Amino acid sequence: MPKIIPVPDEVSKPFWDAVNEKRLLLQNCTVCDRLQYPPRQTCLSCGSAEKLEWKDAKGRGHVSTYIVIEDGRLNRRMPDQPYNLALITLDQDPSINFYSNLPGVPPYEVPVGAAVQMIFEEVGPDQLIHEWQVVG
Amino acid sequence: MATQTPYEWRRDTDGMGVWEHRGKVAVAGFGHSPVNRRWDETSMNQTLGAYSMLACELAMEDAGVTPDQIDGVICCQSHIAGNSGGSSSTWAPRPYFDPPYESEWGLTLINADWLVKQMELPNVKYTPSNVPTIGEMMGLAAQSVADGLCTTCLVIYPTGNLEGRYRRGGENAEDYANGARQWTVPWGNHGGNDFINIFPHNQYCQKYGGTHDDLAPFVINQHRNGLLTPWGYNASSGMVQLTEEDYVNSRYILNPLRIFDCDRPVNASAAYLITTAERARDMRQPPVYVLNHSQHNFTQRTTQPDLDEIEDWTDRAARRMFEGAGLGPADVDIFNPYDGYATMAQFFLEAFQWHGVKRGDAFAFYADDIRVEGPHPFSSSGGNLGNGRTRTAMYTDSIEQLRGSAGPRQVKVRAETALAAFTTPSSGGWMMFGKHPS
Repeated sequence: MPKIIPVPDEVSKPFWDAVNEKRLLLQNCTVCDRLQYPPRQTCLSCGSAEKLEWKDAKGRGHVSTYIVIEDGRLNRRMPDQPYNLALITLDQDPSINFYSNLPGVPPYEVPVGAAVQMIFEEVGPDQLIHEWQVVG
Repeated sequence: MATQTPYEWRRDTDGMGVWEHRGKVAVAGFGHSPVNRRWDETSMNQTLGAYSMLACELAMEDAGVTPDQIDGVICCQSHIAGNSGGSSSTWAPRPYFDPPYESEWGLTLINADWLVKQMELPNVKYTPSNVPTIGEMMGLAAQSVADGLCTTCLVIYPTGNLEGRYRRGGENAEDYANGARQWTVPWGNHGGNDFINIFPHNQYCQKYGGTHDDLAPFVINQHRNGLLTPWGYNASSGMVQLTEEDYVNSRYILNPLRIFDCDRPVNASAAYLITTAERARDMRQPPVYVLNHSQHNFTQRTTQPDLDEIEDWTDRAARRMFEGAGLGPADVDIFNPYDGYATMAQFFLEAFQWHGVKRGDAFAFYADDIRVEGPHPFSSSGGNLGNGRTRTAMYTDSIEQLRGSAGPRQVKVRAETALAAFTTPSSGGWMMFGKHPS
């Protein structure tokens, strides 16, 4: 079953446009020298809006932990149950994390601590989302 | 009727010092409606309106207060289920009933004005709007009384549940994810405290050792305390004591989160009567004083709060509460944290260092004697896991323990202070009660 389709807004549009080009683009505060995800209108640390810029990032990370969704509430995902929901930390800044269903990894067999790299998955017409794949 | 907005009542920043009204406000009464699993949509004596009026009447009776003495009504309008409420979010509009049920008010939604009218309270002058959920609402009430906006105030928290799977529907049935949900829903996180806490809980097990099954003694004890609470769902519905076998064999929701780690949605209402300490001394029950209220609303750094963030937030909330109450961990006799999901209680227990529990110690503490008869009567209320998702058991038990009227749940240890909350690690509020005003 296709995943639920994200709807970009004014703040997130540059991020999703980059995803559709198979790039990871994160906000970066030039005052704090700090990456930020998900994107926001202002820097979470200093509150600046003007000093937030977009910066290409490396889609490399590690699996921190995971759960298996067996009885979730999202209609569109129910046929997928059970499915993994892993928490991925970004190598470039481990304080940033992402969700992943880890395509290709059977439910309950998630290798915690494993290295992962970003991939992209089509969820709707002209809309990709970022996903993660175990390396090696 | 006067509505006080905006009103800066929250104590939600660090370093505010001891609450200036410490011990000058008290809880003088409480009342609970029956707790049903659902409203059947036909029994008019079981609507949220009927149940809220009943709870108010019981609270006034408990305090020995007459309707003409009530001058404030603070009521949370939420029926809990919210925009993703499944049947609850699609139930209305529908053909309504004869007055007072000619609209949604009184059925699945309640507000102060509806209650004041139906209960014919002649002297109410204070009915704030946009009232938050009970974790903050109790603080709003205490501060309002302390600031003189009212003197004798009913505080009402209804919790609704209709037929159908809870929160199946609404935005959870949509194919698109808007707003903050664009960062979570495509991967399966529909939002809520179950998701907020299960990942840090897993990281907790990884960091400190232990497994998810180490929650079993806590969950079982919550059910035990619930069965000792006559008004709660478990005790009033003929539930039997949960066993370890029941727990470890129960089905998973968000593996490793099990069904018994989740509270049961119910249809119920509760009311509290809050007044000045001076007035409370002349009322029917011994006053239970408010020593502090505090709130917090922390912003998460990224997609998912991790263990470090959760521990930092709960540490800050604990410092804030202790500072405002002028008390420390060793001073807290009764500890009733929020337990809507079993996976979050350890974060609160360790942050507040109740009975000396430090980070990483919770599972060993749970395996010790936490029964109400024992030396560490943790969560003597039974919370929401033991009583249903009323979100009020923590407050009522704290009041009863300090009054000495908790019956079979009455702890054997000292009961002169009590800490209660409906809060997640990221947002909500705490309240410190005292048997004495100082």
